[in-house]
Amino acid sequence: MLKRLLANHLNRSTYFCLGALALALLPWVVGAGGGNYWVRVLDFALLYIILALGLNVVVGFAGLLDLGYIAFYALGAYSYALLASPHLPQHFETIAAALPQGMHFSPWAVALFAILLAALFGMILGLPTLQLRGDYLAIVTLGFGEIIRIFMNNLDRPLNLTNGPKGITAIDPLQLFGLSFTKPLDLGFVQIPGLYLVFYLFLALAIAVTIVCLHLQNSRIGRAWVAIREDEIAAKAMGINTRNMKLLAFAIGASFAGVAGVLFSAFQGFVSPESFTLWESIVVLAMVVLGGIGHIPGVILGAIVLAVFPEVLRGVAEPIQKALFGHVIVDVEVIRQLIYGLALILIMLYRPGGIWQKGDSK
Amino acid sequence: MDIFLQQIINGLVLGSIYALIALGYTMVYGVLGIINFAHGEVLMIGAMVSLSLLRLILSLTSGLPGWLTLLIVLPVTMAVCAGLSYWIERIAYRPLRNAPRLAPLISAIGMSILLQTIAMLIWSRNPMTYPQLLPSSPIELGTTGATITGKEIIIIVVALAVMCGLLFLVEKTKLGRAMRATAEQTQIAALMGVNPNRVISITFMLGGALAGLAGVMIASNYGNVHFYMGFIPGLKAFTAAVLGGIGNLQGAMLGGLLLGLIEALGAGYIGELTGGVFGSNYQDIFAFLVLILVLVLRPTGLLGEKVSDRA
Amino acid sequence: MSTHLLLDVTDVSKRFGGVQALDSVGLQVPHGAIVGLIGPNGAGKTTFFNVITGLYPADSGIFLFDGKGYFPESVSQVTKSGLARTFQNIRLFGEMSVLENVMVGCHCRSKAGVLGAIFRFPSTGREERAIREKSRALLAYVGLSEYADMQARNLSYGHQRRLEIARALATEPKLLALDEPAAGMNATEKLELRELLLRIRADGKTILLIEHDVSLVMGICDHLTVLDYGKVIAAGKPADVRVHPEVIKAYLGQGAV
Repeated sequence: MLKRLLANHLNRSTYFCLGALALALLPWVVGAGGGNYWVRVLDFALLYIILALGLNVVVGFAGLLDLGYIAFYALGAYSYALLASPHLPQHFETIAAALPQGMHFSPWAVALFAILLAALFGMILGLPTLQLRGDYLAIVTLGFGEIIRIFMNNLDRPLNLTNGPKGITAIDPLQLFGLSFTKPLDLGFVQIPGLYLVFYLFLALAIAVTIVCLHLQNSRIGRAWVAIREDEIAAKAMGINTRNMKLLAFAIGASFAGVAGVLFSAFQGFVSPESFTLWESIVVLAMVVLGGIGHIPGVILGAIVLAVFPEVLRGVAEPIQKALFGHVIVDVEVIRQLIYGLALILIMLYRPGGIWQKGDSK
Repeated sequence: MDIFLQQIINGLVLGSIYALIALGYTMVYGVLGIINFAHGEVLMIGAMVSLSLLRLILSLTSGLPGWLTLLIVLPVTMAVCAGLSYWIERIAYRPLRNAPRLAPLISAIGMSILLQTIAMLIWSRNPMTYPQLLPSSPIELGTTGATITGKEIIIIVVALAVMCGLLFLVEKTKLGRAMRATAEQTQIAALMGVNPNRVISITFMLGGALAGLAGVMIASNYGNVHFYMGFIPGLKAFTAAVLGGIGNLQGAMLGGLLLGLIEALGAGYIGELTGGVFGSNYQDIFAFLVLILVLVLRPTGLLGEKVSDRA
Repeated sequence: MSTHLLLDVTDVSKRFGGVQALDSVGLQVPHGAIVGLIGPNGAGKTTFFNVITGLYPADSGIFLFDGKGYFPESVSQVTKSGLARTFQNIRLFGEMSVLENVMVGCHCRSKAGVLGAIFRFPSTGREERAIREKSRALLAYVGLSEYADMQARNLSYGHQRRLEIARALATEPKLLALDEPAAGMNATEKLELRELLLRIRADGKTILLIEHDVSLVMGICDHLTVLDYGKVIAAGKPADVRVHPEVIKAYLGQGAV
């Protein structure tokens, strides 16, 4: 009876409106329940969604296992860090002289630049790997990611480009047409805190990225990628230029990470090589794999779960251990890694399509 | 001139160790056609286990000569690593033999993380010092200015001896023939009475034992261990295996030694060559660059077979 | 039926290690004909297909397609030029639906790029609709319309073979090279396949066929070439080839002659 009522009166646009309302209220609910800390977690979760969707293009659509994906995130982050902080003027007199106001490129201009830069590097990475089998591709991309990290860690001499392990600080915060994201927005009847504004901004971008992915999936290009993933030889027999398609997948996936990197840099205010280790690449990979390789809703779910999970764990594991043992025996970080390792193995053994696979809703 | 000889020596030490690890990769690739991503972690566990054993023995008696202590600890360590490798194959690879390509690889990554976490839990998250039981005082080599330690000599000699032993095993014994047959044509080998699962298990165990030995060598050479110590040597050894020609045992040995030399010479001279722009802190990059260059320019490696998709 | 040759290859050789898989093989396919390539197992028929489509590089050979010389290096290039093939072991895109498999076949005859995919320009939308319609039409042509939304790997064996043909047809080939399309089919399915092949020929395509089913081959082929151990041992009209002593020897062994 209720079902029929629901079916009659609730159609798609109603669901849509309810969903939109829920998302709009989410930061308020979370903020009230858990405070700013948890709103920040939400904000980062949205960044991870963008990253996971980007990696999904490479791994999920085209079937190319990229273990160095985080390098593109780093490229985006450092691009903005260098173009919107006092670092370069401080260390290079010519720049300080040329730009007396300092380096303050807008995050959106840098985002555009980061898209192109990351896409270019994506293709550079892709080129030597075109003929390689899955395993070798994975290792080469891993090596690439490590090379980038080593450069970021060591390019502080003889010219201090990246400030090495110390990272770059005092990065310009996000702003959009003069709207600052660090101060609350006063609308008269309500004041929206900066963190909530960030949430809405990231949400809008995450939605845009999702739409782009959906469009790609249901297009000639998307079909070509899946064909390559399923059977590269048959794909060639269909007249598909597999070389160009693979390079395209790398470029597009990389560009998503580049944009996310710029946002990360602006949001966090500082960057250091520590944020871009192999572990981070694996975390994003885990999001794609656990969520549902190639299945966009699954990947989004995977990103949310794995972004929020460590925080929940932290909130739960420490008090429990303290209550039981008087102090923390096993560090939360270790538990987190243990669960990641087990999860990857178990998912591959028992549910390789991911938690939310394609075809589950069909 | 003296830095050249010194770097050659360093390179040989590094290279011997890489060769031992690379053999594990190449043997597994030969029989299963996959890269054992978790191999580096076996090395690390070997180092950790040997550390515990050494501490145990040293706490019981301090009278034994260093080399004897190691001699006792080594077989146990290698056995543990062999067993570990066996279980890695059973848990992470065997059930996925017919799964899509990405699955065993992702499973191996998970296994790698799991092993690191286990090491963190059982031992420590922090680096630990490793007892120096072998002579490590530098011996001058005439007027060249280069030095070598007793420890380094032992590492090179032991590694070479073990490698010769492995070659003998593979070329001359029944087991070795079975391994080679399984590597070439698994189904036909099975028809000839070879049990492929058994051969695969033994291959993993051999590789694991060698990795354990390498772990002890690395720990002895650098004087410390930590849970992440297997990752970079594992990657470099994989590069060495590819350089030599994956699937080819002599290739792994050659690749290992060659990579060690390239790395040592590179690290030694990079400062001069680039006018001080890049220093030896970029040492790790050499292996990655070699990997990319080899796979792009000569994927068959120096002695081995192709790594691209077959029709 | 024109006598002009669509496919004309001569002196094709290919060696794998110690085995001479193809030894100076020549094959001619006239426009609008159905030509059969037959021979015992292991004779090199699939290898020949692999060579002319660029999957394996040939050691030697002269290749003419529609009067123009070509060097078979790139599989996708060969398909774009108008030579489409199916595979002995069926290589469908299992995860995709039946319809999507055929839509992939339309790839090389369409051109929407990344920007079109992302921004969905009107021209891209039109092209997508055209691809979809063309694919549905092809499914109807081979009789698989009712399975359009099924996952390709769930099709029956015989249907999978037909899907492969539909997919190959989507590339708008001049020459359709089929590798054992009747393998694993029952008698009814083979009759349907025969009808399909004749219809394809009637609609202006040329067919090159590897096949083991003797009656099928004898029934529809205008011309047969017989391979054994990598060499051509006979070529000509089916009726002549069937009684050729070398052919009988190859199939039935020495004692049968």
